[in-house]
Amino acid sequence: MGSNAITDRVAIVGMGCTRFGERWDMGFDDLLIEAAQGAFSSAGIGKDDVDAYWLGTVQSGMSGLALSRPLRLDNKPVTRVENYCATGSEALRQAAYGVASGAYDVAVAIGGEKVKDSGYQGLNAFPIPGDGTARSLTAAAMFSMIVPAYAARHGVDEDELRTALARIASKNHANGARNPRAQFRREMTVERLCAMPAVAGRLSVLDCAGVADGAAAAVVVRAEDAHRYTDNPLFIKALSFVSGDGRGLMDPDYDYTTFPEVAAAAREAYRQAGIADPRTELALAEVHDCFTPAELVLLEDLGLAERGTAHQRVMDGAFDLDGELPVNPDGGLKSFGHPVGATGLRMVFEAWLQLRGEAPAERRIATYGKRSLALTHNLGGYPGEMVSFVGVFGTG
Amino acid sequence: MRGILGWGAYVPFGRLDRRQIAPALSGTRSVAGYDEDATTMGVAAARLALRQTPAEPAALWFATADPPYLDRTNATAVHAALRLGRTCAAYDAVGSVRSAVGTLRTALTSAGPTLVVASDLRTGRPGGPDEAAGGDGAAALLIGSDSDGPVLAEQVATASVTAEFLDRWRIPGEPASRLWEERFGETVYTDLGREALKSALEEAELAPGDVGALVVSGLHARAAKTVAATSGVPAEAVVDRLDGRVGNPGAAQPALLLAAALEQAAPGQVIVLVSLADGADAFVWRTTPALRDHPQPVPLLQQLDYGRPVPYLTFLAWRGMLDPEPPRRPEPARASASAALRNHDWKFGFVGSADEGGTVSLPPSPLDTSAVAMADRTGTVVTYTVDRLAYSPSPPVVFAVVDFDGGGRLPVELTDVDIDELAIGGRVEMSFRRLHTADGVHNYFWKARPVREKGV
Repeated sequence: MGSNAITDRVAIVGMGCTRFGERWDMGFDDLLIEAAQGAFSSAGIGKDDVDAYWLGTVQSGMSGLALSRPLRLDNKPVTRVENYCATGSEALRQAAYGVASGAYDVAVAIGGEKVKDSGYQGLNAFPIPGDGTARSLTAAAMFSMIVPAYAARHGVDEDELRTALARIASKNHANGARNPRAQFRREMTVERLCAMPAVAGRLSVLDCAGVADGAAAAVVVRAEDAHRYTDNPLFIKALSFVSGDGRGLMDPDYDYTTFPEVAAAAREAYRQAGIADPRTELALAEVHDCFTPAELVLLEDLGLAERGTAHQRVMDGAFDLDGELPVNPDGGLKSFGHPVGATGLRMVFEAWLQLRGEAPAERRIATYGKRSLALTHNLGGYPGEMVSFVGVFGTG
Repeated sequence: MRGILGWGAYVPFGRLDRRQIAPALSGTRSVAGYDEDATTMGVAAARLALRQTPAEPAALWFATADPPYLDRTNATAVHAALRLGRTCAAYDAVGSVRSAVGTLRTALTSAGPTLVVASDLRTGRPGGPDEAAGGDGAAALLIGSDSDGPVLAEQVATASVTAEFLDRWRIPGEPASRLWEERFGETVYTDLGREALKSALEEAELAPGDVGALVVSGLHARAAKTVAATSGVPAEAVVDRLDGRVGNPGAAQPALLLAAALEQAAPGQVIVLVSLADGADAFVWRTTPALRDHPQPVPLLQQLDYGRPVPYLTFLAWRGMLDPEPPRRPEPARASASAALRNHDWKFGFVGSADEGGTVSLPPSPLDTSAVAMADRTGTVVTYTVDRLAYSPSPPVVFAVVDFDGGGRLPVELTDVDIDELAIGGRVEMSFRRLHTADGVHNYFWKARPVREKGV
């Protein structure tokens, strides 16, 4: 038992990604159409050339009709998938397996979310009828609980940790400022970020990813067919997904300084991709920085920093654009906001641009030309109870 | 002989300094939290009443003039939170303050252990006398006989007189009562109180000088004071009405003040309770030697030493007198009736589960083999946060991950807590609360609150 890798059997040959943000000008249909057309033209195909579609969205539409209707797809198999904040990645995973199985020659994974129409701030989950005992904390507050726990576990002064979290936000803002698709394009100094008032624990609103509308899409084909569509396809090296058992919420051994689901997903992804040392083999990592403490812990769970050292490595600039391993070079959720169904595919879009040398010079990663692998990562849920996706993509 | 097998009194953690209402006022009144109502306070008092007695109530009476629900019974939520048996009857006596002593009389003439719970929140119009004089609180008395457990104070005599006259009235739905001219009520109540007291003492074959503690309760404060002052009972035996620290908690006042008297009583002491409400009721008790072996776990008088100031505007908002800007987050949906019934033991009784290895699941897991009662367990804070974004009737939400003594972990909301009290390693206990109300459905569940030395 276990997973069987589809390493190098599937290639991405076209991608599209909308601008993320407060897209008052566009509905969900408009966003999907723009992302899909971007991917089609990138791959040099039309919608009828696609054999099957997977749509990732959490609460913007239901069933395959949410895509087949706006795109006017003619009797195509269209599946809507949902897996919390890993929804976009889940769509890609299903499309890739559809192609790898031989069932389809050309598949499209598309993800999108229209969340700004709710009239509320933050993400709001669809209410599921229950007994009224489920906690109703915001995600920001759940992730903020990492801060005192991490400080206590690793003997770090909370103010020092506060500065490291601001440094993470500052890095991602700086990257996003160079990215025309990002929602927030203003640089933020560490000092300014530290001075912001707290909204959840010690987190300020700028420790949180924004809420945004957006969509992204990928065209996938069998690896041997890839060069019929593009000279420089992106090959899928690993797709790993873990759905936790929620034990962290009940297990006294869980201490809120790690996400075991992420560590497990990463181990599996590195096994599939044959990666021994991610810190020296990856050219970039797009990680799920929904909140700054999430990125801090992810750096350790993904093996990009030793346990208890991520805050120091962040301060040293190890994950900056010109650092030893750029993390979130496109600006991350921090700058893009988080249209839940789109985020995973938006991350792959950055890998697509960076590894193919198409990222503009002002935000090109220092590792470009030296390494050829990118990692994307999503988590969904909360510390102690989450789903986690890790994907590895490469040009070679 | 029937009598009192156990008692419990509960005063909420909030205190309103009356000088915030008007500089000329003095003292404090108790204030129920935004997450408290007559039902939750009644649960708190009843838990204390049941804590040290082996008796299992056969009936539960719940009295309040401020019922969270009409039509449906409020006592059933109290029954569920206390995890009383299915065959224990549970009834409300709601609306009038007098109902509280009515349930006590009923319990004294019933068979089997009967739990009497009285709980009230008193509100008046902003700036009015009832707002300042009122208080919030609850008290519970477990009534039974020697065969149910040791009787702590036996019933010696009871007397009632009933009178129809207009002193205080409130149309259903109105937030505050109206009062007739004060001297009229004082005159009528003073006569009624004296008459009931005299009848009860005669039946008991006791003289006023034999009374070791006299409690006179009633919303008409001047009448209550006059009855006590003219009763012939020595002034030092008159029990403090706690007006300066608690205020008048309406239907809860008779049992609450009786609890205060019991806390300080010695065995063999005569305690008399006179309640002035639409007539007068008098109860004569004599404490027994068993009282000596019944230390109150969380005495009322110690609860009064704790408490947190509640700003006047916050008090007004909690009572619905102010309509502040709500958080810009969707309001919670109403709890599902069928889900609540399925998960009844968890939602109301705070019962988790354990697998064969003893690992505790909160909420309980259908895969587990045994139920684990968690409501009386204390716990330790693992990590915590203050959520200024989440929807709450009174933001911010204070929240912690709690590891319970003996196993089990729950991320849970905290209540009755100051933000600067939060720390990893902090000790907490559980309290039954009303999380919110949606569509008129009160959503009851448990929260954690800091354990304070001898605090409630």
